[in-house]
Amino acid sequence: MTLHQKIFAIAVSLAVFVVIVWLVRNRKLKTEYSWLWLLAGLGVIVFVVWYDLLVWLTALIGAVAPTTTLFIFSIVFLVFVSLHFAVKISRLSDQVKNLAQKISLLEAQRGQAFSESKNNREQKAK
Amino acid sequence: MSAKRCIVIPAYNEAGQIASVIEGARKFGQADIVVIDDGSVDGTLDLARAAGVFVIRHPFNMGAGVATQTGYKFACKKGFETLLQLDGDGQHHPGHIPELFAMVEEGVCDLAIGSRFLQKCGHRTGFWKQAGIQLFRALIRMTTGKFITDPTSGYRCMNRRVFEYFTADSYPWDYPDANVLIDLLRRGFRIAELPVAMAPNPEGRSMHRGIFRISYYFFNMFFSILVILMRRKTG
Repeated sequence: MTLHQKIFAIAVSLAVFVVIVWLVRNRKLKTEYSWLWLLAGLGVIVFVVWYDLLVWLTALIGAVAPTTTLFIFSIVFLVFVSLHFAVKISRLSDQVKNLAQKISLLEAQRGQAFSESKNNREQKAK
Repeated sequence: MSAKRCIVIPAYNEAGQIASVIEGARKFGQADIVVIDDGSVDGTLDLARAAGVFVIRHPFNMGAGVATQTGYKFACKKGFETLLQLDGDGQHHPGHIPELFAMVEEGVCDLAIGSRFLQKCGHRTGFWKQAGIQLFRALIRMTTGKFITDPTSGYRCMNRRVFEYFTADSYPWDYPDANVLIDLLRRGFRIAELPVAMAPNPEGRSMHRGIFRISYYFFNMFFSILVILMRRKTG
């Protein structure tokens, strides 16, 4: 890995770190969703600093060039991130559905209670 | 009115039919009627309220499965013992309501389905729907040994055990058809059918119209059945 490549990769990782921390600090991103991205940034730094690890990993998965390994792991990472969000969205959908049903039931009951009390008041007035 | 019986009418943009459906349910039902308005934008809500029945309105459209599930949750909360569901589009002839209630209340079954195919009633279904029904009949028979002629019928009556089970998050949002029947049969619930008359949708609308919807329906149903078969029979 050339010095230029190393500087570029470390700069990108640090930028990811800074953006994530800024988002968490400004409450735009919850800490439980930030760890995946921080982990990705850390992974890039580890590979840059410890280049032999990337070479070893390349040999292990049977890839030809270390850049291929980086691309493969990036894609795998993005697939897992998407899957993680799909799971979260499924859970959120259920929660939204249950909340909407609960609101509908409560609203209908409140409407009924209101009309019953109104009828009672009218009967008493008569 | 019976305090233990409840008729649930899920409705989405059914302003043209909802009043007559409520009238029919009232005439034959001897039950408390609740309309679930699934976020209609055509005045269904006002018409149902004007008809003097209890109306639950969803804040936005969530699908037929969610609408009926809201009805199940309401029935559970209010302590009803038997629940009958009737489509809001006027396809289901209300004259069969007493027979469906009787089947469940007399303990013939846990879930009674009004079937348009048990006897000739002149109901016509399109090619894809007919093919789907044949396929799902075969799937139900293969997986449970039970022959159900009308797995897509939404004209159903059930006891408390069934609608309590349907309040779970696993209940399908959009198409609770063959998948829920297989699930119920595998869990030991008893299902029986009653021949009923059904009319086509007066406005020609259908949940299964268009190639994308049909493809999605088939995929969804197969996948949902596969998931049910992979689950344990009880628990």
